[in-house]
Amino acid sequence: MVNILLSLYWSFLKVGLFTIGGGYAMIPLMEAEVINVHSWLSPAEFLDIIAVAEMTPGPVSINAATFIGYRLVGVTGSLVASLGVITPSLVLLLLLSRILFRVIQNPKTESFLNGLRSALIALILLASYTLGHNAIIDLPTAFVFGLVLLLSLLLRISPLYFIGLGAILGLILYPY
Amino acid sequence: MPALESSTDKKESLLTIMLTFFKVGAFTFGGGYAILPVVQQEVVYKRKWVSQSVFSDILIITQGMPGQLALNSAIQIGIRLRGTAGGLVAALGVTAPSVIILLIIAAWLYPIMHDNIYVQAAFYGLRPAVVALIAFAAVKMGRDILHGWRGILLCAALLAIAIITQLHPILILVAGGLAGLIICRSNADG
Repeated sequence: MVNILLSLYWSFLKVGLFTIGGGYAMIPLMEAEVINVHSWLSPAEFLDIIAVAEMTPGPVSINAATFIGYRLVGVTGSLVASLGVITPSLVLLLLLSRILFRVIQNPKTESFLNGLRSALIALILLASYTLGHNAIIDLPTAFVFGLVLLLSLLLRISPLYFIGLGAILGLILYPY
Repeated sequence: MPALESSTDKKESLLTIMLTFFKVGAFTFGGGYAILPVVQQEVVYKRKWVSQSVFSDILIITQGMPGQLALNSAIQIGIRLRGTAGGLVAALGVTAPSVIILLIIAAWLYPIMHDNIYVQAAFYGLRPAVVALIAFAAVKMGRDILHGWRGILLCAALLAIAIITQLHPILILVAGGLAGLIICRSNADG
């Protein structure tokens, strides 16, 4: 129990610490920790949780951390996992802010972050491919994927609409 | 860059700070950059806690540091208003709705609904939709960030390394950052 709480905290702390730029930047990290390193969830379960985290208000990674933590250890797990995600922000801004501001003002940091963002794009692409194997399983799901990708490239609207569209298409196309 | 001291004479109560960010956490969907305009509306226009230029400074730090965008901006504004206590209640406020709502879903709704055939049908369509949104996030970031062939080449090289070596994403990110430092230094030399 204590062991799994510690590894939950540590895993989600790493997710918080290496998510630069917020949003889906956390997907490859969370996928690696939750699916590959610890086998806490199957890829399909992970996608379900990301869908729920996207549908509900608040930062997606805190939502996902709460859900995953609860699935593993109950209420304590959910609190420990979300505390893990927010710990790096709290420590950097409350305790190390002077160092943080100096580092961010350093021109070398911008070069480092540019390289890191290139890596992030590669990792998010790879995550969509590996997770896609478990989501795009037949013609209807390939259709949903293609349609949502096309529409999100064409329309500048909230991802929430695409989540809604995915759910409706799922209800219509599911092989009951 | 923001000073650590509070910038206003009038002291906001910790409860007001917490409730303001609770509202931000409870009523913004999608995470990431979708949340920032809502934060701006609350703290710059409505409550006038910080000026637009201070808010811009806060955004620069928010985007250059690890963590969630809504959380990072909330903590910084809390610190400006009431120091460390302000930062802590702002973090609590913006995080609490997520934890409460997701606990309700994970503890009650998900177990009841998960075996329902219609819920399974909805998730059958939700999964490819989420994968499309993740793929779109990569495309969008690529359009915003990858200017010039150096960035594209670095991205392609790291993608190949990630596929072949199966290294942990953290190592790929650090490798990308170090490569960024080297590429920029060679730029300066050339």
